[in-house]
Amino acid sequence: MKNFLKTSYIASIYIFLYLPVVVLITYAFNNARFSAEWHGMTLQWFTALFQDTDLLMITSHSLIIAVLSATIAVILGSLGSVALFRYYFFGKQFIHGLLFVLIVVPDLVFGISLLILYSLAKIHLGFWSLLLAHVTFCLPFVVVTVLGRLSGTDKKIIEAARDLGATDSTIFFKIILPLMLPALVAGWLLSFTLSMDDVIISFFVSGPNFQILPLYIFSQVHVGITPEINALCTLVFLLTVTFVYLAHFLLRKRA
Amino acid sequence: MKNNYLFKRFSISMIVFWLIAFSLLPFLFTFLFSFLSEGTHDLSWPLHFTTHSYVQIFNPIYFRIFVRSFELAFVASIICLVLGYPFSYILAKMSERMRTALMFFLIIPFWTSSLIRIYAIIIIIRAKGLLNHLLLWLGIIHHPLQLLYTNTAVMIGLVYSLLPFMILPLYANLEKFDWRLLDAARDLGATGWQKLVKVVIPLTVPGIVAGMLLVLLPAMTMFYIPDILGGSRSILLGNLIKDQFVTANNWPLGSTISVVLTLLMGILLIIYWKVSQGSDRRELL
Repeated sequence: MKNFLKTSYIASIYIFLYLPVVVLITYAFNNARFSAEWHGMTLQWFTALFQDTDLLMITSHSLIIAVLSATIAVILGSLGSVALFRYYFFGKQFIHGLLFVLIVVPDLVFGISLLILYSLAKIHLGFWSLLLAHVTFCLPFVVVTVLGRLSGTDKKIIEAARDLGATDSTIFFKIILPLMLPALVAGWLLSFTLSMDDVIISFFVSGPNFQILPLYIFSQVHVGITPEINALCTLVFLLTVTFVYLAHFLLRKRA
Repeated sequence: MKNNYLFKRFSISMIVFWLIAFSLLPFLFTFLFSFLSEGTHDLSWPLHFTTHSYVQIFNPIYFRIFVRSFELAFVASIICLVLGYPFSYILAKMSERMRTALMFFLIIPFWTSSLIRIYAIIIIIRAKGLLNHLLLWLGIIHHPLQLLYTNTAVMIGLVYSLLPFMILPLYANLEKFDWRLLDAARDLGATGWQKLVKVVIPLTVPGIVAGMLLVLLPAMTMFYIPDILGGSRSILLGNLIKDQFVTANNWPLGSTISVVLTLLMGILLIIYWKVSQGSDRRELL
């Protein structure tokens, strides 16, 4: 009885979390444009999606920003983690502090702060402003992931390599980088999903000439979401799940 | 040797430069803007420094939003805690395999657009939606509930979006819990309830505070949830700040509210620091 209660409690939390996802995917296959009722199964919204050049363009913007910002954040974050892991320098605690603040500060506060910075520096709101913002909010998550992995490793490996004559860059590329690899993949995937989904920060730092998917959806919510968007989100969701599953599988095989 | 020096300089300066340029600097500018007079958009000379915006937030119109937003966010955090604590507790006692799998399934919904999931909530709770169909069919209600565009809808949206942020720190805390303590408590004659209130909960206070921190502040600032689910009347602090930057064009006031919000975050962080003294402080990350 007690076990039954526990299981049903856990199950109801998952139903609560998954119900909107199931609804979203179901409506991507619903054979009606505006109705909330079920009108039978169709794939027409997926075909319509691939003919909607505007929507595809907006999606490609989002994907470009997500891939670029995740990649740059991983490069910067891994270098930064190595700096924080190996060296002592002036202001190191302060850098740790800033990374921590970036994680806990509400997105909104960071978004308006960047808007003020861009307006003062006369940076045009568009592709670059979005990219810089996304790299910055992904960065601390990469550092936390990578630093977590590095702090579990034995510093003696590095000392041994140095005794054998390796330079710092050799140590980085031959020892630290392979050690960090699982954390880099995890950090990249996390950054990708954070960037694809961000609404609040992007809201303040994007301009009309470079629309991205979350903001487009936001502008359409009051008009009504079309089934094409449901189809699109279903595809993005499946893509991400496949990505993560593959990464998980490949990394486990390596280890 | 020169090579080593260059590598060290490069790796340190990259992260230091980036963080100073794109996080320290913008935060400092926001702080500066909170002391400027209404209508300022740039730093052209002469600047008029004033604490007008700080006085303005005590204006009943704004202050009421502040209080209501805090109430709404606080209730949302408490609901998340009440739902999330038993969940994390049950999960922490499961086998390693089950735990990993269930935590993984907790994160999966986050890979779809959060906006579109909030939109899906509309489909579920609207007058002719799934929820009303279900409740009518079960005979619990006789007339459809009008949930959409109310504070209840906003609350459902907030709890839905933020529940995992409560569960993650709670679970991280409970996972490390030494269950032998409960055997010891039982041997000393503690009842089931006493074990929970006197042993488990006090030892998981850091997790509870971390969860509150991760839920309370976003709950006050996720402006798109009231925008989508709430009527125009239910506005959060986030909507107020957003409006200052987008429609009302009062950047200094928007900055001031953000600074106050950040102060609130600071207070919560200090509380967290105090309660987690001795235990692992980096847990929050």
